[in-house]
Amino acid sequence: MEKWYLMTVVVLIGLTVRWTVSLNSYSGAGKPPMFGDYEAQRHWQEITFNLPVKQWYFNSSDNNLQYWGLDYPPPTAYHSLLCAYVAKFINPDWIALHTSRGYESQAHKLFMRTTVLIADLLIYIPAVVLYCCCLKEISTKKKIANALCILLYPGLILIDYGHFQYNSVSLGFALWGVLGISCDCDLLGSLAFCLAINYKQMELYHALPFFCFLLGKCFKKGLKGKGFVLLVKLACIVVASFVLCWLPFFTEREQTLQVLRRLFPVDRGLFEDKVANIWCSFNVFLKIKDILPRHIQLIMSFCFTFLSLLPACIKLILQPSSKGFKFTLVSCALSFFLFSFQVHEKSILLVSLPVCLVLSEIPFMSTWFLLVSTFSMLPLLLKDELLMPSVVTTMAFFIACVTSFSIFEKTSEEELQLKSFSISVRKYLPCFTFLSRIIQYLFLISVITMVLLTLMTVTLGPPQKLPDLFSVLVCFVSCLNFLFFLVYFNIIIVWDSKSGRNQKKIS
Amino acid sequence: MAALTIATGTGNWFSALALGVTLLKCLLIPTYHSTDFEVHRNWLAITHSLPISQWYYEATSEWTLDYPPFFAWFEYILSHVAKYFDQEMLNVHNLNYSSSRTLLFQRFSVIFMDVLFVYAVRECCKCIDGKKVGKELTEKPKFILSVLLLWNFGLLIVDHIHFQYNGFLFGLMLLSIARLFQKRHMEGAFLFAVLLHFKHIYLYVAPAYGVYLLRSYCFTANKPDGSIRWKSFSFVRLISLGLVVFLVSALSLGPFLALNQLPQVFSRLFPFKRGLCHAYWAPNFWALYNALDKVLSVIGLKLKFLDPNNIPKASMTSGLVQQFQHTVLPSVTPLATLICTLIAILPSIFCLWFKPQGPRGFLRCLTLCALSSFMFGWHVHEKAILLAILPMSLLSVGKAGDASIFLILTTTGHYSLFPLLFTAPELPIKILLMLLFTIYSISSLKTLFRRSFTLVAQAGVQWHDLS
Repeated sequence: MEKWYLMTVVVLIGLTVRWTVSLNSYSGAGKPPMFGDYEAQRHWQEITFNLPVKQWYFNSSDNNLQYWGLDYPPPTAYHSLLCAYVAKFINPDWIALHTSRGYESQAHKLFMRTTVLIADLLIYIPAVVLYCCCLKEISTKKKIANALCILLYPGLILIDYGHFQYNSVSLGFALWGVLGISCDCDLLGSLAFCLAINYKQMELYHALPFFCFLLGKCFKKGLKGKGFVLLVKLACIVVASFVLCWLPFFTEREQTLQVLRRLFPVDRGLFEDKVANIWCSFNVFLKIKDILPRHIQLIMSFCFTFLSLLPACIKLILQPSSKGFKFTLVSCALSFFLFSFQVHEKSILLVSLPVCLVLSEIPFMSTWFLLVSTFSMLPLLLKDELLMPSVVTTMAFFIACVTSFSIFEKTSEEELQLKSFSISVRKYLPCFTFLSRIIQYLFLISVITMVLLTLMTVTLGPPQKLPDLFSVLVCFVSCLNFLFFLVYFNIIIVWDSKSGRNQKKIS
Repeated sequence: MAALTIATGTGNWFSALALGVTLLKCLLIPTYHSTDFEVHRNWLAITHSLPISQWYYEATSEWTLDYPPFFAWFEYILSHVAKYFDQEMLNVHNLNYSSSRTLLFQRFSVIFMDVLFVYAVRECCKCIDGKKVGKELTEKPKFILSVLLLWNFGLLIVDHIHFQYNGFLFGLMLLSIARLFQKRHMEGAFLFAVLLHFKHIYLYVAPAYGVYLLRSYCFTANKPDGSIRWKSFSFVRLISLGLVVFLVSALSLGPFLALNQLPQVFSRLFPFKRGLCHAYWAPNFWALYNALDKVLSVIGLKLKFLDPNNIPKASMTSGLVQQFQHTVLPSVTPLATLICTLIAILPSIFCLWFKPQGPRGFLRCLTLCALSSFMFGWHVHEKAILLAILPMSLLSVGKAGDASIFLILTTTGHYSLFPLLFTAPELPIKILLMLLFTIYSISSLKTLFRRSFTLVAQAGVQWHDLS
């Protein structure tokens, strides 16, 4: 592409921001006895390197599952093993069995941060660059600006390079999946997405839209002909990738069951800690976590989740389109986040990735959502002493979006993709002309509330009777915002049918 | 919404660039900082806790005050803000004190003072006329110049990682250059005089200022062929220039003259005992000279021309600051370096005098003076290369020839700054930023002049001398 040098500059800026954020503290730094996610990753390197595969997921004297037991699928363990081999080469003390527990040093931090950067550079960043280059009907300058905004999204940077995780691997694979499927390389896309699910089981939030879109494509091609062939091929790819990833664990039934038990801990309850979803917010008023028995909680969350995502998924099967696919990814992941079982606040990143993908179509709402998603993780970021990087990266992201997309000039009904919706409403309520005005005011209120809450959390101490006051407020406010977005995205998907038939945009 | 739009500077690319680099500087706060951090903390302490009479005599810490008085006053003002962050840093005896609040304060003070640099860059951009070149924003000379200056790699790592206050000082210099372009000579002279009393390293470029102001300001008109018209000499202008310089100097050095401390001040400002080369050699001529001397001495020892007992024990690469005698080649005195420097700047000074080409010629002379002083000066720091790179940036968006020289200068100059950051966590930062700046500068200047060759016969954009 022309202006390749600007794209290179954008990637370099993204990498620089990532590395400078990584100079800050990480989760659980200097906090024995449990430390945090950083220690968990180091511990997994220790376990996978020193113990045979059969013992990775089982409780034993060498592997105490209470101390950061493996709870991601096998490919995460393989990745840890790979890092462990490199660690052994540099300094074996880092992964020595038992004795390396709680190991912290400058050199080790550098090593761990480098592993994150390399994984990001190999998987996520190329996917983003390729995705932006493949966007249609957009000028080169806008593509580059789009890449800049996606790479500057604060949430992923702060969690991966601050708190310490490897979300860029699973999100990167999911993005390759989206790319493949949108460009009609269905088999490769499915393979990539299977890798994503097998890296982190949370990617199952995205599984339904993938399934519905591919099913819709098969139906479109005709179930008696090419569609059926495609369906069979896809099924084979999925099964083959799962078998390949889980091969060492398919040898015994007990192995497979144990891994599944670790991946889906249904004993842990409806939610843990404070998270910006419905159940936690509802719990403020009515302690459902304590009142309802466990299996009722499970059924309730299952029902709510599926009811809320049903309209979008059915629409996707009947009218598969690339645009519909992306929006359905958003609404599906958001439904899961809001209503599902055992959701963690970091799972908002699963919603943020698809929102990044629609940044060029609805810049105003996407920017708003991405700001709220970063804000919703504020209690976690403050615990990790990442206030300065959070504020700085959020401001940088905001400025990048405002300058690239001129978001404040794109708040008309048409720009917000709400035109067909408002026309339908105006049939019954002729005076419904102020939708975009309302949305602008809501944005202002939302931003002001977020800024105020941040200031209060940082400067004031919570009252003694309510020590979690600010965390709960942050979660509650974020939850309200997310509910609004759930409704908004569902409206876009459902009301897209009227213009969809006219435009025939099926790729 | 309209207010929010204006507030966030939508569509205003300059604000976005300035804000963007400021946020990057905030991210660099937790990086490694050199002993210069302690130097400035010490100066805050000295100026805050001690009376003026003690400022240039205080020697509790090894990092004594060795900048001119205006900088000392600047530290004094800063110290009054510092006391709200951490009172302890203002204690002269708290050597190497670096609490998190101290770090925050010092870093933010550098970032804040860069406002002057941003303003100066804006003024410089006004002096460029790029209407002939393409309408694409990223190909406009103003845009390219803003990025080259605001996002300059050398300035970023020296000021915001290594820790110094070069940002606002270069801002003063660029502002004075811009004023000279805008034909506001008195302001330009005033700003430069002030700058000299902030950091006397700018003496490197003082000859260019002196000759240009004398030739193009004091002589109000030229003969038709461009040579000097002696009758147009304006005594008034000369006197007013002299007055400006005199008043500024009086304000700066006056108190110390009254206290009879001038010799002490000058001995602090010009420490000739520090040796020909800085502890870590600046890549200048004397580095080559030293290297040659070392090679010859090794050869001499091998071939038994030299007596091993006569070789001085101290090594030039030991990292210490001290006097040194050369073994084979003649030793170099400060006077010798001065003569070499003067010889080197003579051609450009002559051109500036006999064939003045307006402000652009002045800018070339300034760059050459900076480079010559860097090459032949006494005890030059490698950071001094910035004195040549930043003015050269202004020339680079003017002509294709200047652009190619600029690219060579900036790439090698920035690379020579690498040893300043030797810690492992900063390695990716310096590589990434260097790549960023180098790739951008090469590609954007190439794109800029590729177009202009098709539009205009010779080189494209001319400097717009505002009158």
